[in-house]
Amino acid sequence: MKTTTKATAFYNVFERKGGPHKETTHYCPGCGHGNVHKMIAEAMDDLGINDKTVFVSPVGCSVFGYYYFDCGNFQAAHGRAPAVATGIKRANPDSVVISYQGDGDLAAIGTAETLHAANRGENITVFFVNNAIYGMTGGQMAPTTLIEQKTATTPRGRVESEHGNPIKMAEIISTLPAATYVERVAIGNSKHIMKARKAIRKALKNQVENRGYSFVEILSVCPTGWKMDSPDARDWLTDQMIEAFPLGVYKDESSEREDGWYRDVKPFVPAELNKYFGVNAEADVAPVDLKKDLFCKFAGFGGQGILTMGLFLAQIGMRADHNVSWIPAYGPEMRGGTANCSVNVSNKRIGTPLVERPNVMVAMNLPSLEMFEKDVVDGGVILVDSGIVDKTPDTDRLDVVMIPATEIADEVGTPKVANVVMLGAMIAATDAYSLDFVSETLKVVVKKKNLIDMNLAALQRGYDFVKNGS
Amino acid sequence: MSRQFMKGNDAIVVGALQAGCRAYYGYPITPASEIAHAASLHFPALGGTFIQAESEVAAINMVYGTAGMGIRTMTASSSPGFSLKQEGMSYLAGAELPCVVVNIQRGGPGLGNIAPEQADYFQVVKGGGHGNYRLITLAPNCAQEMCDLTSKAFDLADKWRNPACILADGFIGQMMEPVEVPEAKEIPFDHSDWCVRGDAETHKNLVSSIVLEPEDLEAHNFKLHKKYLEIQESEVLFEDYKTEDADLVVVAYGITSRVVYSTIDQARELGLKVGLLRPITLWPFPSEKLAELAADGTKKFLSVELSTGQMIEDVKLAVNGKCPVELYGRCGGVVPGGEELIQRYEEIMNGKPISDGGVR
Amino acid sequence: MDTTVKKDSPFIEITGELCKGCKLCIDVCPKGVIAISDQLNSSSYHPAYYVGADCTGCTLCFYACPEPAAIKVFKP
Ligand SMILES: Cc1ncc(C[n+]2csc(CCOP(=O)(O)OP(=O)(O)O)c2C)c(N)n1
Ligand code: SF4
Ligand code: SF4
Ligand code: SF4
Repeated sequence: MKTTTKATAFYNVFERKGGPHKETTHYCPGCGHGNVHKMIAEAMDDLGINDKTVFVSPVGCSVFGYYYFDCGNFQAAHGRAPAVATGIKRANPDSVVISYQGDGDLAAIGTAETLHAANRGENITVFFVNNAIYGMTGGQMAPTTLIEQKTATTPRGRVESEHGNPIKMAEIISTLPAATYVERVAIGNSKHIMKARKAIRKALKNQVENRGYSFVEILSVCPTGWKMDSPDARDWLTDQMIEAFPLGVYKDESSEREDGWYRDVKPFVPAELNKYFGVNAEADVAPVDLKKDLFCKFAGFGGQGILTMGLFLAQIGMRADHNVSWIPAYGPEMRGGTANCSVNVSNKRIGTPLVERPNVMVAMNLPSLEMFEKDVVDGGVILVDSGIVDKTPDTDRLDVVMIPATEIADEVGTPKVANVVMLGAMIAATDAYSLDFVSETLKVVVKKKNLIDMNLAALQRGYDFVKNGS
Repeated sequence: MSRQFMKGNDAIVVGALQAGCRAYYGYPITPASEIAHAASLHFPALGGTFIQAESEVAAINMVYGTAGMGIRTMTASSSPGFSLKQEGMSYLAGAELPCVVVNIQRGGPGLGNIAPEQADYFQVVKGGGHGNYRLITLAPNCAQEMCDLTSKAFDLADKWRNPACILADGFIGQMMEPVEVPEAKEIPFDHSDWCVRGDAETHKNLVSSIVLEPEDLEAHNFKLHKKYLEIQESEVLFEDYKTEDADLVVVAYGITSRVVYSTIDQARELGLKVGLLRPITLWPFPSEKLAELAADGTKKFLSVELSTGQMIEDVKLAVNGKCPVELYGRCGGVVPGGEELIQRYEEIMNGKPISDGGVR
Repeated sequence: MDTTVKKDSPFIEITGELCKGCKLCIDVCPKGVIAISDQLNSSSYHPAYYVGADCTGCTLCFYACPEPAAIKVFKP
C-alpha cells in the first residue's frame, strides 16, 4: 500500500500555532502558500534533509512558516530573508537554507538583498511565492500586480504610466552569472503542480550538492486579496498571470556546478589565532630614557611623507617603551592643502592625542608654518624645510632649524626620504633618542626592506646637518 | 606579550577575532572603513567569513543569521549606516541574539560630514530601533580599549543574549596607539538550547522576534526588562580620575574624555579642583556613581560631549537635581581644546554663565 | 483507520475537521469522486468528502489541497 500523506518534514501537530486548530494552517482557504509548503516538505522528506534544513520565514502571510516545518527555523525582517539566509549558510555551509518569500518581500522591500544574494551565488534555495498582491496587509499593490489588476491601493487598476509594470524576477535573476538555476512554475492546475514539485525538489537538491544558488518563482494565488473563490483564483492564475509571467526554465547550469559552490569555514581555534597575531612572541622593546615628553605637530603637503614621519617617531617611542599616540589630521583641520599629524611621546599616560600646543613642530610647506607656528610653545623646536619655505619663524621665541630637507633627500637618492631627513634633524635638535636607537628601530619599521639603506642615509644626513651644520 | 602599533579601527578587528568572532558583514563608510579593510584581510585568512554586504541593512541581517546560528559575528559602520541598521538591531534584541555592532560616529544630521561627533548617543543608548530594548554600549577611548572592549562586548553579548555596541568616534577609530593583543581563549558559552545550527541537536529551535499574543508579548517584554535591570545592576564600568575631592566633576567619554583627562592636572595646578568621571559603559550608565558624587549637593557637574547635549540628560537624571549640571558641547568635528575647557571650568566654578551658553 | 487501509482498490481519506472547504480537490479530481458536505465542521467550513468509489489513486487531489493533513491517498 502506497500512502500519500503529510510529509514528515511537517510537524505532526503545529504546537507553535496555538489555538484550537493545531493541525491546519493559518492560511485562508485555497491559499497557495499551503500548496507550496507541501511541495517543499515533500522534497525535504525525499532528500532526507530535515535535520540540516534551516527555513527562513519572511514577513508576509508566510511569516509563520516556522509553525509547520520540523527543521531549524528563523523568522526574518521584511525583505531581509536572503541576507539572513546568507548569514546562516556562511555560518554552516553544511546546512540547507531555504529563503521563502512573497512578492512584496522579495521584489519590493527586499530587492537589493534578493539580487545580491543571487549575485554572490549564495548556495541557498529561494522560493518566491508570487501572488501578485500583498496578502498580509490587506491586498495592496505588489511589484508583481498585473496591469489593470485592482488592489486596495490601485482601486482603478494598475496603470503602467502611474505604477510601472509587473516586475519579472525570474528573468532578472537569470541574467546574473552566479545564479545556477532559475525557473518559474505555477500552481494553477494539476499539471503546473506536478512541474512545480520537480522544480522545488531540484532547487533543494542543487543546494545539497553544493551547486549554488537556486531560485524558483512560483505563481500562486491569494483568493482573499483577489476577492475570488478558490477555483476561480486558480483559473485567473492560469489564464492571466501566466501571460504576464511566462513559465519555464530561465537558467540552468546545475549539471556543471556540482560541489562548486561550497564555501568552507573553520571553527574558532584559539591557538591558531594566537599564533597568527603573535600573541606569545617576544616584544621588540629596548627601554631607554626619555628626557622630556614630545608633543609634536608634523605638517606639510600630502605626499611629503608627513604622516609616515609621525608613524616612525611613534614607533620609535613605542620600542623605547614610552607611551605614544599618533593621529592624522582629520575633519576641519584637513583643509588648506596640508597634511598633518599629531604625535605624543610621553613618560606619562597620554591624555588628548590632539596636540594643541606642540613643543616640536615640523613644517614642510608655507601654509603649515603659517597655520601652526603660533601654537608652538615658547622655547619649542621648529624645523622648517628651507628649500621649500622662504620664511623664517620667530627666532626669539623658538628654537629654529632651517634645513633644506628635500634637497638633501634628493642628494641621498630621492626627495621621498625628505621626511626621514627631517626625522634625523628632529632627533638631533631635541636629543630625544640616540641616533643608533633610531637607526635600529627604522630597520624594523621600514616596510620596504630594499629602502632601508637609503632611509638610514637620509636619517644620518638630517642628524648631521643639525649637529655639525652639514 | 605582543605589542603592536595600530589604529583603533584595526584594534576592533583584532579584539573581535581573539574573542572568537568568525564572521564580519559590513558596508564601507568613512571613518569606519578600516574595520572592513582589516576584516577582509584577517577573517578569510583565519577561515572565517567576510562579506561586503549590499547595504548596512543587509549586513545587520546577515549578522542576524549568523548570530542565530550561535556563532560570534559583528558588523561595523558609522552614523548614517548605523541609522540603517536600526530595524535589524531591534530584531536582534527581540530575538535575544548576541552580536557586536560598532558605530564609529561621524558628524550629522543627514550626510553631515566624516569628522568625529558624539551625536548618536540618543540613537544608540536610548533605543534607535522600535520597541522596548537596550543595547549594551561600551565606549572605548584608546586603541587598547577598542581591542579589549570589543572582546568584552562579545562576552557580554553572549552572557546576556543581547546585542552589544561599541560606540566610538572618528578620532578614536583613526588614532594609532600600541595595542597588546589579548590571548584568544575558548568561549565559555553554549547556545545549544536556543540557537539553530542546521543540525539534529538544534533542529527544534526557533530564532524569532514575533510574539503574536498580547499577553505573551507583554511577558516577553517584562522578561527583557528584567534582564536589562540585571545588566544595570552588574555591568556598569567607568573610570574615575580625581572626582573624590573635586568641586567640578566633568563627565566625558571617547575622544572628549581624552581631552578632559589632559586638563585635570593642569586645572588643579591653577587651583581648580576638577575630576573626570568617564563612563566606559554608556548603557548601563554609571548613574549610581554620579548620584553618589552628587549626594551631598556640594559639587558641580559638566558634561563635555561632541553634541548639542545628549549624554547630559543621563547625567541630569543621575544627579537628580542635587547639583547643577552644565553642558559644553561642540559639533561637526570640532573637538574642544584643553585651554577652552579650562576656561569653562573656571566660569562654572566661579558661578559665571558659561561662554556661548555651553554650546558653540 | 486500519480497517480502511486493507481495502484493495485506491481510495482517499478526507479529515473533515482539517478541511477548509476550498473545493480545489473537487476541481482537480478526474473521477469526480469528491463532494462538499452539507455539514459544517468546527471551523465553520463545509468540508469535502470522498464519495466512495472509482478513485484511481492519482494523488491530484492531495497536491491541489493546500492543507498538509486534510487528504490522504491510499493506493494498494
Ligand atoms: C519594514 C516593514 N514594512 C512593512 C511591513 C508590513 N507588511 C507586512 S507583510 C507586507 C507585505 C507582504 O506581501 P508579500 O510579500 O507579497 O507576501 P504575502 O502576504 O502576499 O504572502 C507588508 C508590507 C512590515 N512588516 N515591515
Ligand atoms: S491573504 Fe492571501 S496570501 Fe494571505 S493567507 Fe489569505 S489567501 Fe493566502
Ligand atoms: S486520488 Fe485522484 S481519483 Fe482519487 S480522489 Fe484524488 S483526485 Fe480523485
Ligand atoms: S482541497 Fe483540501 S481544504 Fe480544500 S476542500 Fe479539498 S480537502 Fe478541503
